[in-house]
Amino acid sequence: MFESVGLHHYVVVGLILFCFGLFCVLTRRNAIGVLMGIELILNAANINFVAFSRYSAGSFDGQVFSIFVIMLAAAEAAIGLAIILSIYRRAKSIDVNELQGLHW
Amino acid sequence: MENLSLSVLTFYVLAGTAVVGAAGVAFSRNIIYSALSLMVSFMGVAGLYVMLGADFIAGVQVLLYVGGVLVLTLFAVMLTQGISDIQVSNRSVGRVPALVIVAGTAAIMFRAVSQAGWADKALPLDQSSTYEVGNLLLGRYILPFEVASIVLLSVLVGAVVLTRKEVVAEDEST
Amino acid sequence: MTAAHGHEIVIHTSTLLRWIPLLPLIGAAINFLVGARIQKKFGRGGVAGLATLMPAMSFVLVVMSFLQLQGYPTDERLIIDNVLKWIHIGTLNADIAFQFDPLSAVMCLVVTGVGSLIHVYSYGYMDDEPAAWRFFALLNLFMFAMLCLVLGDNLLIMFLGWEGVGLCSWGLIGFWFSEMANARAGNKAFIVNRVGDFGFTLGVFLLFWTLDSHGAGTVVFRELAGSVHLIADDMLWGTTVATVVTLFLFVGAAGKSAQIPLYVWLPDAMAGPTPVSALIHAATMVTAGIYMIARMNFIFDMAPVTGQVITTIGALTAFFAATIGLAQNDIKKVLAYSTVSQLGYMFIAVGVGAYAAGVFHLMTHAFFKACLFLGAGSVIHAMHHEQDMRNMGGLRKYMPRTFWTFLIATIAIAGFPPLAGFFSKDEILWKAFNYSPAIWAIGFAAAAMTSFYMFRLVFMTFSGECRADHHTVEHLHESSGWMTWPLVILAGGSIFAGFLGVPAALGGSNIFEHWLEPVMAHSAHGAGHDAHAHHNLTLEYGLMVASVAVAFGGLLLAHLMYNKKSIKPDGFTQLAGGRLHTLIYNKYYIDEIYQVVWVNGTLGLAKILAWFDANVVDGMVNGTASVTKLVSFINGRIDHHLVDGLVNKTAGVVHGVGGAVRRIQTGSINAYLYVIVIVVTAVLFARTW
Repeated sequence: MFESVGLHHYVVVGLILFCFGLFCVLTRRNAIGVLMGIELILNAANINFVAFSRYSAGSFDGQVFSIFVIMLAAAEAAIGLAIILSIYRRAKSIDVNELQGLHW
Repeated sequence: MENLSLSVLTFYVLAGTAVVGAAGVAFSRNIIYSALSLMVSFMGVAGLYVMLGADFIAGVQVLLYVGGVLVLTLFAVMLTQGISDIQVSNRSVGRVPALVIVAGTAAIMFRAVSQAGWADKALPLDQSSTYEVGNLLLGRYILPFEVASIVLLSVLVGAVVLTRKEVVAEDEST
Repeated sequence: MTAAHGHEIVIHTSTLLRWIPLLPLIGAAINFLVGARIQKKFGRGGVAGLATLMPAMSFVLVVMSFLQLQGYPTDERLIIDNVLKWIHIGTLNADIAFQFDPLSAVMCLVVTGVGSLIHVYSYGYMDDEPAAWRFFALLNLFMFAMLCLVLGDNLLIMFLGWEGVGLCSWGLIGFWFSEMANARAGNKAFIVNRVGDFGFTLGVFLLFWTLDSHGAGTVVFRELAGSVHLIADDMLWGTTVATVVTLFLFVGAAGKSAQIPLYVWLPDAMAGPTPVSALIHAATMVTAGIYMIARMNFIFDMAPVTGQVITTIGALTAFFAATIGLAQNDIKKVLAYSTVSQLGYMFIAVGVGAYAAGVFHLMTHAFFKACLFLGAGSVIHAMHHEQDMRNMGGLRKYMPRTFWTFLIATIAIAGFPPLAGFFSKDEILWKAFNYSPAIWAIGFAAAAMTSFYMFRLVFMTFSGECRADHHTVEHLHESSGWMTWPLVILAGGSIFAGFLGVPAALGGSNIFEHWLEPVMAHSAHGAGHDAHAHHNLTLEYGLMVASVAVAFGGLLLAHLMYNKKSIKPDGFTQLAGGRLHTLIYNKYYIDEIYQVVWVNGTLGLAKILAWFDANVVDGMVNGTASVTKLVSFINGRIDHHLVDGLVNKTAGVVHGVGGAVRRIQTGSINAYLYVIVIVVTAVLFARTW
């Protein structure tokens, strides 16, 4: 574990990040908190991409994927936050537990 | 720990930063603290990218995530919470079940990781990543690249549409 | 005439016979349908003329057929007219067919001949009747039914006529039905007749059934004659089937021909117009019973027990009715009881097996009784419908022709030779004596009484001074020619008809009996008549002299009582303190007894049954309806709750499930996320573990 940094190191890091992100998603009441969790997850995925690109593929395709992921994360964050703003304007709250307008 | 090389140490420092930041995002009570922790985590990840020889990606990471997404998030926080509510704005519920699930997921994935045979050696790099990435982007991945630009355009339009004020008749109170 | 001897049967056919009954039927139909209009346009003459023409034409046809029959050799005297196929069910075959043999010939001649004369008489009698068309229509219908009766070639056609004459009798007795008493009399006649008819039908059924069990089921007379010997050994209820059948048939005859105990309708039937009494209740309908027994002689010969019964009842009836006739004051009632009594004589004859003698007396009786009734009608008509003899008297000088014809008929009925009644009555008495002297004695006594009450009637009505009021006396005159000429003809018949049956003892050849021989050929000639044995001539002469003597005695007694007034009637009426006379005068209270026993009894039974029907039967029906209502109510409930409930429950289940399932959609993003994560984890788990 400490001799050299192998692929699994990076993957584990990604895993830890993913778990934290998942935890965020599942527990946060604030919608923006949930979005942050999603960002974390995406980051974890990115780490995986880049690590694999470096260790297994020997080419830079993983990095290109990574770029796309980052871009999509940004886009999704933008839209998500826009939605949250709209919801805030309507419901005056972005508490996930309160936003149950779609319930039966 | 005797043969702890610098690279390994660096790795652990950067990884630790990322993880700590992530923990901060997950467990912080204050949403501003969460956002800032997220920034710290991003930084750590960017560092990891550099270690992986993806310098361009590191730069993109910092620029987009920290400079774009995070700022956007902070804007959203400000717009939706109001300064006065910052203190008690990011509570979380149902931690225990989430913990269970997360632990379960982690366990599964960890097992998968540990059972797989991972490469030890990093493969050699020939070019600078920027050059190669650029080539790939406009070569093999030209189509996704163009589509991505359309996506961004639609995001732009969508965000504007979503957040503009209602322009319907004045008698409707929003 | 039958197949019994294996001869080749020659049966002649004709298409003329059917017109004999059909012509009166046509007359009846016309008069029923348009008679009222004819009467309006042409008066009574129109309807009467039409109605008289029909039986007159039938009479002509009968004479023609009679002459034709005479032309055939003795064993071929049978003409058949098969008109229509009627009933062919299983082994029962009966067609609408008529037969003409010597017996039918006699009956038809009497029916059509006397019938036509009475039609002529009726034109004169019913001169102030507004519904004359109905009267003549009914008369014609009666002729049709009676001719069917005597001409039918099977029991069913005969029965048709049998019932038909009963119906017409009802209609004619109750002709003036606006008087309740007349309508009741008609009903009484019909109902009592029905009782007899019931017995008749039972007899027919039993006969057919028993014959059928031998494979020879038939109702046609000529076939019956040949096959009835097959049932000779069949037993039923402890006696031979033949006895039972004949007893049943006799019940029918007793009803139709007014014998004990079913005679009660005939005196009441006098409520009808007098021509009706003459035609139906003297000459034709009441003789149907005798005809039937004579026709079915082959089976009556097989049942000597029934013969005993018939003779005894006939004798008793003759005596019984004669006693009642002694005390009656209504002219028609006397004649009615006289009819019942004379019918008794005919039954005595057929009971001992002397069928020909019975039919002979039937024929002579038709002449003089019709003459008597029509004469009485003439008297009643002249006296403006007065019928009580105590208010009559001395009519001889006002109505000579009526008087003389009436007298002639009375002499005939009393049995003075050489008029018709003597020959026929004496024939019967002789045959009866050979059978049983006791029967003869009863008949002899009845003859004495007959003579007495008939001459009593004559003297009370025609001799002495008229006891009616002045107004009536002033208007007394002889009846019109329409009424008196038939009287003359009938009186002539009363004089001369007897010569057809002069017995061998008096040098005659008894043409009548020989004429009827083909019909009676296979009879065993009953007990008493033995064609070949040497019978006691002295006894026969003795009996004849006795009959004449007793007839003369009756005449003398009546003369002394009512002409010379030397013997007071009180001597007789006060016998036994007057009670005997009261008893006789009130007809032995038989009608009253019948009323209480039968009529009230039946009405009481009807009331009980009506109660039963209304409460028990209707109760059950209503109960069933209530049960049905209950069941349908339950069904409704079941339908409402169960079926509809099922439908509603299904909807409810769907609603409930939907209600439960939709809770998934909590709207809580948290929950959604959880679900997503859990599922993905599960998938991962499945793929990697």
